[in-house]
Amino acid sequence: MKNKYSIFSLIKNALSNHENWQRAWGDPEPKKEYDAVIVGGGGHGLATAYYLAKKHKLTNIAVVEKGWIGGGNTGRNTTIIRSNYLWDASAGLYDHALKIWEGLSQELNYNVMFSQRGVMNLAHNLQDVRDLKRRTHANRLNGIDAVWLETDEVKKFCPIINTSQDIRYPVLGGTLQKRAGTARHDAVAWGYARGADEMGVDIIQNCEVKGIKRNGDSVEGLETTKGFIKTKKIGVVAAGHSSVIANMAGLKLPLESKPLQALVSEPVKPIIDTVVMSNAVHAYVSQSDKGELVIGAGTDSYVSYTQKGSFNIVEETLKAILELYPIFSRMKMLRQWGGIVDICPDASPIISKTSIKGLYFNCGWGTGGFKATPGSGDLFAHTIANDEPHKLNAAFNINRFVSGDLVDEHGAAAVAH
Amino acid sequence: MFLINCPYCGERDQSEFISGGEAHIARPKQPTELNDDQWAEYLFMRKNIKGVQFERWNHAHGCRKWFNVARDTSNDKIEKVYKMGEQPPKL
Repeated sequence: MKNKYSIFSLIKNALSNHENWQRAWGDPEPKKEYDAVIVGGGGHGLATAYYLAKKHKLTNIAVVEKGWIGGGNTGRNTTIIRSNYLWDASAGLYDHALKIWEGLSQELNYNVMFSQRGVMNLAHNLQDVRDLKRRTHANRLNGIDAVWLETDEVKKFCPIINTSQDIRYPVLGGTLQKRAGTARHDAVAWGYARGADEMGVDIIQNCEVKGIKRNGDSVEGLETTKGFIKTKKIGVVAAGHSSVIANMAGLKLPLESKPLQALVSEPVKPIIDTVVMSNAVHAYVSQSDKGELVIGAGTDSYVSYTQKGSFNIVEETLKAILELYPIFSRMKMLRQWGGIVDICPDASPIISKTSIKGLYFNCGWGTGGFKATPGSGDLFAHTIANDEPHKLNAAFNINRFVSGDLVDEHGAAAVAH
Repeated sequence: MFLINCPYCGERDQSEFISGGEAHIARPKQPTELNDDQWAEYLFMRKNIKGVQFERWNHAHGCRKWFNVARDTSNDKIEKVYKMGEQPPKL
C-alpha cells in the first residue's frame, strides 16, 4: 500500500530531510509468466497497464521497457493537450482523453500539473480561415468547446503576438479551445507507474524485447534481454519502434518513423499564459512552469531512428516564431532534442487487434500522442481485456487501411507531416 | 543532418533533397486484378526498417533528379547511392 501524497506527507517528510519517502514503484525481476505484457513503458504503456489492473482486474501483468520509464517520447514532447479534432471518431477519442485529464491528478494522487490555459490555433490565409472555422463548427457539434477569434480577439487573448497585417503570413484569426492546455509530461508516466505498481503490476526497466514467439496464429511469449517471458497477450505501445516490434512478429504496419524536434529557451518571467499553435508557418509555443519557452518544430522528411533531426527544421521554426513574436528576438535557446514519431498515412493512431491472436498494437500517434495518453491507455486496456475494441476506438483499427475508411486528420494534427 | 552524394551533382547537404520514402515498391502491373489487401500492401504498408533501408531521394533544390540511396536509419550513415532502375546493392 502506498502512502498518500498530501500537504501533510510533504511536511512530515520535510522534517526528516526528505530522506524517508517511500519508493514510488519497484524494480522487480520478470516472472516466468504473465496474463498480459505491455511492451513500452511510456505514458501510453503505463496508462494501459494501470487501466488493465484498475478497470479489468488484470493484475498479473508486466510492463517491459528497454530504457527507463518515460524516457522516450513521453519525456520529449511539448506537453500540449487539446481535443479540437475534425472528425467524429477523433473528437470522441481525444475528448475522452481530455475528460480523464480533468480529474487525473486526483485519481492518481499524483500532481500531473494539468493546466487548462487554452490552446489557440492561428489562421494565416483564407484557406486556413475556412478550414479552422469548419473545424470549430465540427467541434461544437461534437460537444467540444471551440470558438473562432477574429484578429483583434487573438491579440487580446495573447498580446505578444504580432498581428500586423504587413508581415509575410499575417494573423487572420484563430480558434481557441479553453479546456485545452498542458501537463507535466514526466509526472504522467510516474503517476501511472506508481498507480499500476500499487495494484501489483511489474514495471521492468532496462528490458528490451528481442523477439516475439508465435505458435501458429497466436502469441506465446516474448524473448527479452532478461530472458523469455511467457504470455498469451502482448500489447505493443512502442511509438517510433512499433514497426521494429511488428517485424519480430512477421507483421508490417502502415507507419514511417521520423524525427520530430523540440527546443526550450532559457527561463524567463511569465510572458505567455496560453499555448499558441500555427500550422501554416509551423511554430508553436507555450511557457513551462520553470519559465522556459517550449517550442515545437517539425518532422524531418526521411525515416530515421536517431532522435536528432536536422538543423534546417529548427531554423525554419525559429524564423516563424520570431516573425510572430518579435519580443523573443534576443531569447537564447538552451536545449534541443528529437523524438522518433511513428506516423500513419492518415495522421490518426492505430489502437487495434491484429491478425495474430493475442497481439495488440497501440501506435501511429505521430506528432500528437501525449494529449491522448489517459484515453489511449483506457481504450487500449479495454481492447486487450475484451479482445474487442471499445466503441471509441473501433474506427482506429488497423483494417481501415484495407477498407479505405481512413480518419484523415492532417489538418488538425497541427504538425505538417 | 547529413550529406548526400547526388550521382549527378556530387555531395550536398541533406536539406537540398526530399525523401521519397521506401524504394523498390513496384506499381502493380494489373491494377484491376488487385484485391483490397494487395492495394493496402502497395499503398500503405512500409518496412520502416531500423538499419539499412533502400530509399528514393530527389535532389529538389539541385538537378531535380530521382535516385536511390541505401541508408542506415539507426545512424543516418549512407552506405551506397545508386541510380533509378538499378538493382539494390548487396550489403
